[in-house]
Amino acid sequence: MNQRYTRTAIGLHWLMALGLIGTFALGYYMPGLALSPTKLKLYSWHKWAGVTLFFLVLLRLAWRQSHPAPALPSSVPAMVQMASHAMHWLMYALMITIPLSGWLMSSAKGFQTVWFGVLPLPDLLDKDKTLGESLTQLHEALNFTLLGLVIVHTGAALKHHLIDRDDVLTRILPLKFKD
Amino acid sequence: MSYRFLQSAALIAALTLGGATCAQAVQYKQVNARASQISFTYNQMGARVYGTFGKFEAKIDFDSANPEAARTSLTIELASIDAGSSDANSELQKPGWFNTAVYPQATFISSSVKPLADNRYQVSGKLALKGQTRDVSAEITLKPDNAIGVFNGEFILKRGDFGIGEGEWGDYGVISNDIHIKFRMVAPAQ
Repeated sequence: MNQRYTRTAIGLHWLMALGLIGTFALGYYMPGLALSPTKLKLYSWHKWAGVTLFFLVLLRLAWRQSHPAPALPSSVPAMVQMASHAMHWLMYALMITIPLSGWLMSSAKGFQTVWFGVLPLPDLLDKDKTLGESLTQLHEALNFTLLGLVIVHTGAALKHHLIDRDDVLTRILPLKFKD
Repeated sequence: MSYRFLQSAALIAALTLGGATCAQAVQYKQVNARASQISFTYNQMGARVYGTFGKFEAKIDFDSANPEAARTSLTIELASIDAGSSDANSELQKPGWFNTAVYPQATFISSSVKPLADNRYQVSGKLALKGQTRDVSAEITLKPDNAIGVFNGEFILKRGDFGIGEGEWGDYGVISNDIHIKFRMVAPAQ
């Protein structure tokens, strides 16, 4: 039985990991800038990256439907397995709701999202300053929740590798480790 | 007798002719600024952004019986711009953009009005903006509606022609050179 993730799943995992880190960093940095052409560019790139990540997570979930994730080692207690599954699904939920909240906040602030400057996303909300600010807070809160989960996720992976010495980390790594 | 007859005939003729012209001719001599609107859209990183000018004064002297003689002028308070965010609005006052401290207003004064078909008119004139005066022309459609006339028009202003958005903002890939200006002037019929 193959205990590794499929190559596609591994590729999507790391592509999204890089994309999320970059888009998060950009989103954290850009609001503090004074208005400039660079700021407008960064905002657009952040939005385009967010839309891309949204489509990637849908692709990932579709792939996962037909290629289920390998089971956790039986050495992991049932309660911890449940917690692990809950956390993974919560991360997926956040990867879906974060771009959605960003798109809606942009809409409420009166700035349409046009993916790569080519594909206009519909503005579901009318311009509404108060709603725009609430959605900004929601977008931030969801992001920091995801950041917290990513830290726990990374810590857990390292714990599996360094302390439990199982294959939970290596089975998602792009290269095969032989031991 | 013949004198009185002539007099009456002249009076009847004047009334008939005058009546005929009066029934058709409409005059517009003032603009209701509250009901009127000046808006614009431009392209920012591929997305359309909408904005308005809140404060302006428009003058009009239009007689549908003699449209060629019509005159119009418009003075826009540039500080009243709303380009969608408070950041943008304060940036637009700066020297690289409108430089409102030195050039607080934009003015348009018509020099010719050419009637086209179906209540459409080609209005040409001089636009003074940020210390530069240039010829501009727009097709205007008049929609007579009950006791008011609505003049709708639009034209494309190249911001680069007037030095609007200089220096780092000169990148038309971020903010387009083309600014689509739309206006709607509401004038009560006289």
